[in-house]
Amino acid sequence: MESITPSNLFKERSDSRAVGRGRGEWKYRAFSYLVLTVCALTMVVPFIWMLSTSLKPEKEILRRNFFPNQATVDNYSEVITETNLPLWYKNSFIVAVFSTISVAFFDSLAGYVFAKYNFPGKRPIFIIFLTSLMVPTEMLIIPWFIMSSNPPIGGTWVDTYWGIAFPGVITASGIFLMRQFMQGVPDELLDAGRIDGVSEFGLYWRVAVPLSLPAIGALCIFNFLGNWNAFIWPLIATSKSEMFTLPVGIQLFSSEAQTPWNLIMTGASLSVVPLLIVVIIFQRYIIEGIALTGLKG
Amino acid sequence: MTLARKKVVWAYIFLAIPIVFFAYIRIYPALFAFQMSLHDYNPLAVEQPYVGLDNYEQLVKELNKRKSPTKAAFQNTANYLLLGVPIQLCLALMISLMLNEIRFMSTFYRIMFFLPFVTSTIAIAWVFRMLYQPRFGLINVMLQLVSLPQQPFLNNPRQALPSVLSLVVWQGMGFAVIIFLAGLKQIPRTYYEAAEVDGASRWHTFRFITLPLLNPTIVFLLVLQTISFLRMFAPVLAMTEQGRGGPLDSTTTVVLRVYREAFTSFNMGYASSLTVVLFAFILVITIIQLRVTARRIN
Amino acid sequence: MRFIKLFAVLAVLIALASLGTVALAQDDMVEIEYWQYNFQARVDAMNELIAQFEAENPGIKVVHNSDIPYANFRDELAASAPAGVGPDVVTLFYGWIPAFVDAGYLVPLPEDPFSEDFILEHFSPMVANSKFEGSYWAIPTAVRSLAMFWNKDIFAAAGLDPESPPANLDDFVAAAIATTVYDGDMDVFNITQQGHAAALASQDHHWFREVLLRQYGGAPYSDDGRTVTYNSEEGCAAFGWLAAFETEHMTGSNDILDGSTNAFVNGDTALHVDGSFRIGTIARNNPELNYGVAELPVGPNGESHTFGSYWTHGITRRANDDPARLEAAVKFLQFITTPAAGTLWVNSVGELPAQAAAASDEAILSDPILGPFSAGLAYSHATFFVDESAQRQVLIDAFDNVRLGGMDPCEALDEAAAIEQELIDSFWASR
Repeated sequence: MESITPSNLFKERSDSRAVGRGRGEWKYRAFSYLVLTVCALTMVVPFIWMLSTSLKPEKEILRRNFFPNQATVDNYSEVITETNLPLWYKNSFIVAVFSTISVAFFDSLAGYVFAKYNFPGKRPIFIIFLTSLMVPTEMLIIPWFIMSSNPPIGGTWVDTYWGIAFPGVITASGIFLMRQFMQGVPDELLDAGRIDGVSEFGLYWRVAVPLSLPAIGALCIFNFLGNWNAFIWPLIATSKSEMFTLPVGIQLFSSEAQTPWNLIMTGASLSVVPLLIVVIIFQRYIIEGIALTGLKG
Repeated sequence: MTLARKKVVWAYIFLAIPIVFFAYIRIYPALFAFQMSLHDYNPLAVEQPYVGLDNYEQLVKELNKRKSPTKAAFQNTANYLLLGVPIQLCLALMISLMLNEIRFMSTFYRIMFFLPFVTSTIAIAWVFRMLYQPRFGLINVMLQLVSLPQQPFLNNPRQALPSVLSLVVWQGMGFAVIIFLAGLKQIPRTYYEAAEVDGASRWHTFRFITLPLLNPTIVFLLVLQTISFLRMFAPVLAMTEQGRGGPLDSTTTVVLRVYREAFTSFNMGYASSLTVVLFAFILVITIIQLRVTARRIN
Repeated sequence: MRFIKLFAVLAVLIALASLGTVALAQDDMVEIEYWQYNFQARVDAMNELIAQFEAENPGIKVVHNSDIPYANFRDELAASAPAGVGPDVVTLFYGWIPAFVDAGYLVPLPEDPFSEDFILEHFSPMVANSKFEGSYWAIPTAVRSLAMFWNKDIFAAAGLDPESPPANLDDFVAAAIATTVYDGDMDVFNITQQGHAAALASQDHHWFREVLLRQYGGAPYSDDGRTVTYNSEEGCAAFGWLAAFETEHMTGSNDILDGSTNAFVNGDTALHVDGSFRIGTIARNNPELNYGVAELPVGPNGESHTFGSYWTHGITRRANDDPARLEAAVKFLQFITTPAAGTLWVNSVGELPAQAAAASDEAILSDPILGPFSAGLAYSHATFFVDESAQRQVLIDAFDNVRLGGMDPCEALDEAAAIEQELIDSFWASR
């Protein structure tokens, strides 16, 4: 099982790392640190500016100071009490959690079937699933839009959680990734289970899933991030402010003639900061997850 | 029932929902988009008349005009792509080579580079829009501090596209860095040791060992970034005045045109024909990728 | 016997049940849906009108959907149409009407009570002129016109009389130059206080098309509205006059100080051209702003013109499908377009009543803020748009070509006219 955990991708890190070189090495090191520091600053300054602006009183927004002269949380209380931002938060969260649970289950189940079962039509079905990866979402939004306003079940999917989430409840890339991992599940274990009378679903649930948890975890993190930040479809699938997700709400803060910078920066901070904290805590898993999905997908 | 048959039945039971999902949510809408592109499709109207290839003819006509929003959209998308992909890959490769050799604070740097990637594009695009503002935007404030002339950035047709592109490169950099780092880890250390014994210079080591062995990673990133630049939408919507892709259509993209045609002008037929063209581009790129990958394996 | 009893009981039950159904049916109210985009003052005013209407018509219930932001309003109407849901009565910008008529989304207003004579007699001329394809398709509660806003404090600080705003175009330029403040060389980016900033994306494309152009002796379109005529000598002069604020006089730009509208509301601009709906924005965002409103400056020949526009209510084909709902919708439409409704509207939204009787009310005419807008109604023009957003974009681009690309105003207008002519031609070709 060693070979399929994501963390060992980085195991040989220390081995392949910098081979000592004599002359001029420290100059190169110093240069590297200089370049990296400049680049890293470029990466964080916009975030600091965002936070600092969100703490400025309205009168200071259009001034030239970097930090607020009189820091205030007025913008935060205004955003929380006078806009629907708390609802957008809730909506983004519900949609992201719902899709992630669904993806974790269906993608791993389908991946398991493609890895471990032989059945007529397996190849064509798999190819059809994969082909759908080539169809850009942008091509589907117009048909989805027409379908959601007149769906087979329910009056309309516009302005419902299902309407926002449905395009992402099963993903082809996730199925492909899970198939790669599930191939590492030993057949002997599954056969032994069958002899013990474990049901087919039980084999998936109690043998395959526990052995693939790292991959499922990576898949979940990605899915959550992807759904949390998803924009074009939620923009089209919602019309009522109470049903917006965070990115849609932030985009529509600015109206015909107004650009309420203080509210936008506060909304942006509220949407970004919790995510940054989560990312810093779980950075190892997430970075390895990216590497993993990147390399396999 | 034999075990083999039982397994077949279970396979289909397990796959039933995904099959229905892909058929109804992915395949059928894709075919529907093709079909819509052959109609004068206005969602407000009672009838959606069949117009054959009119929408495609219209597209060709627009592209042949001296100036048109559609033409600008295709030209800009090409510019984003041809500038953005090389810049992003070169910067990311340089950073990851450096990151790969340092030990002190390497995790810290990795987190820094990768933070933008996990944040919402819309939120951060608005932050950049503010950074670029004349007078009170941070960049112009800094220009003034060092007595350089103020720049219009997003308000100037020549500067707007590079300004939007900078955000995209900034945000996507972390992803490329992480992938490059993972690629670098997989190059066996023995190659470098051999090179060192031979006294190869840093440049030679990079040119003859790192670069060739990193080739699969580069191809992978090239394809992924190309596709993501082709689909560019949110940054332009957030960063241009009233999301119009201006000034003078200098930042508009194919997907922004799709959005405007479909949801502002209700020309869903024409918008669908644009998405079909987009699909064709992505298909060609994917096929090239498969070819390249296959050749390497052989 | 048991069976007979059972039958009797059943019969009674059935009779009762059917009576109940009848009673329910009589009780059953007609429910119609009304949609407008989210603009708080309008939402509040309409809620009040609906409450009054429902009190007068106990059999009708109006469901008010006002959640949709401006940016999404058209998409969401489009989303509702294929599903056969959506509004029975909908409020649209008048410039959108042709597109919605073209799609078959709206039905003509019924002759009774909205006969042509009735509309011609009672409504503002710009509403009377809105006949399209031989019918009236929508009718407004209120109308708006453009007027000039000026900041009295800035005038006083610049040594101008805060109570005498510029009356003609030359005075306007002079006042704009006198009130501009730079913190360095004379350059747009060094402006800390603007005299005037021309912004075609907001109201200035209307100011050019229907006001300045006419004052310079030109006309934006041919009389039938199907030929673009602003690419004339007069057009060049008017367009050049407008562009000079940024390129020559350097009194301001829409690109600085957070856009021309915000800049005026925030107190950073001396002169601004806008509609009466901006009064509410100022009251909400910067109530201390010391400003006045006057009629637009007259042209070189002393001519007065202004641009008139309105959000207007139409009946959809959905309402038309059901006689009961259609009847209710017509009643509702009638109710919200009375002079009384217009008066309620002007007090909460700041838009002027569409019925002339209420708009020329003494209280409005003598109001220092609303008076100039009301006076303008007499000489206002409403452009006939086939696609308002596309036609606006054409002029925005022409203006950007002049101010950002250094193009000659005549050349920019020629290019704009060619594009707009094509838009108009393709609209009529498909009819």
